[in-house]
Amino acid sequence: MWVRSTLTYRVSFAVAVLGGLLVTGLDFVAILLMFSRVDVLGGYTLPEIAFLYGLSATSFGVADLAIGSAGRLGTRVRDGTLDMLLVRPAPVLAQAAADRFALRRVARIVQGGLVLGWALVSLDVAWTPVKVVLVPVTLVCGGVIFSAVFVAGAAFQFVAQDAAEVQHAFTYGGQTLLQYPPTVFGKELVRSVTFLLPLAFVNWVPAAYVLGRPYPLGLPGWAAFASPVAALVCAAAAGLAWRVGLRSYRSTGS
Amino acid sequence: MGSARLYAAVAAGGFRRYATYRVATAAGVFTNTVFGLILAYTYVALWDERPHLGGYDQAQAVTYVWLGQALFATLAIQGGGFETDLMERVRTGEVAVDLYRPADLQVWWLATDVGRAVFQLLGRGVVPFVFGALFFPTALPDEVGVWLAFLVAVALAMVVSFAIRFLVALSGFWLLDGTGALQLLMILGLFCSGMALPLNAFPQPLGDIVMLLPWSALLQTPADVLMGRVEVWSAFAFQAGWAVVLLAVGRWVQGAATRRVVVQGG
Repeated sequence: MWVRSTLTYRVSFAVAVLGGLLVTGLDFVAILLMFSRVDVLGGYTLPEIAFLYGLSATSFGVADLAIGSAGRLGTRVRDGTLDMLLVRPAPVLAQAAADRFALRRVARIVQGGLVLGWALVSLDVAWTPVKVVLVPVTLVCGGVIFSAVFVAGAAFQFVAQDAAEVQHAFTYGGQTLLQYPPTVFGKELVRSVTFLLPLAFVNWVPAAYVLGRPYPLGLPGWAAFASPVAALVCAAAAGLAWRVGLRSYRSTGS
Repeated sequence: MGSARLYAAVAAGGFRRYATYRVATAAGVFTNTVFGLILAYTYVALWDERPHLGGYDQAQAVTYVWLGQALFATLAIQGGGFETDLMERVRTGEVAVDLYRPADLQVWWLATDVGRAVFQLLGRGVVPFVFGALFFPTALPDEVGVWLAFLVAVALAMVVSFAIRFLVALSGFWLLDGTGALQLLMILGLFCSGMALPLNAFPQPLGDIVMLLPWSALLQTPADVLMGRVEVWSAFAFQAGWAVVLLAVGRWVQGAATRRVVVQGG
């Protein structure tokens, strides 16, 4: 329904997607500006960073399209309209995700995909079948990991109603973090986004294998293929957080 | 004198409105700190590669990052101040009521926005900045005079920021839907204020051009005043010049816009 309503106004939809392309492309323009003054950043060249960027931006885009609407949950908790979702005979999470489903968010996927495509063309990598398969697998797992972060953020909003910005710190903040190579960041930070919140498996670790770079934190060789496990763990934890959050929900009664 | 009291009350209202949302403020502090952390590491890597890029040393570049996070909400660099309210009032026609009030539209909203900005500076700006200064090597002056000059530059930046967003909001009288204008405001704000990268680190001649635009009065000028990289009085003159020009244009557009307003009876 939301898709049909968006596509009714075709020009407006096209403008929204174009605008979205511009806005989501900003981070990459910032990276390009940096590379107009330097040749490497944290030991990584521009195509390598574009590869990291493309992987994380595309999988973030997939998660944002699928479940980004759940970010509005805090508003619903506050104004009491969440109750409306609770009495309907469908899973609340699915409803929250479909609520105002914004097809214009495909802009983020398109933009990430373009950068990824450019990176794949300009990278100087000896492709093996394993590496070729690893790229789409990484994208899917990254999408699941980011979706889990979105769901956990939505669950957190049951508790802290108007703290949507905390969620942004993890979603948009995580996306920004992963655009740069792990060599840029302090060890403590890399450690926490590897073991606490396994964002590193969205792109850093599998990309290190593809690019033939040393793994962050000296992880073992099989870690590059651990993304599906990380994704499963994240999804399970987020599902649990969601159930706890939903149970603790008390309507405002308005 | 009566009108000064009125606008002071309006500003206080703007301050209180944002002060009400304590959890949202705390959440904003957290987010600005996280983004500051990510950017600070990135800038350290960038300045490792090119020491003295744009004339900053590494400590100055890191200081710049934390200033950016502290002033991001204060100066509504990506938008997100009064302009969405005003645009909504233009769209629904409620602005007609505002025009009948015994107060000036531009000064009224300026007062609201200054109230908002002062709250954001205290509520959202100070903590990330102190965090950055504690955990990263920063270049902060120890003279009181420099800090006072910095505060003046921030105040002037608030006015320039308001004047830009007032023009964007007034575009609603002609465009009705503000989505595109707000998107443009966001893009220009991010790049031309130096939020994405300090303007002096831009490639030339792009860097010289963006330095002359009003957005450089928002973040770049206060930062350079604080780090003593620019003559204080010429910095003030640059900011005040843009403030006067943009406010004057805003006043002229406001006149043209209000002549378009047709109030329906009923």
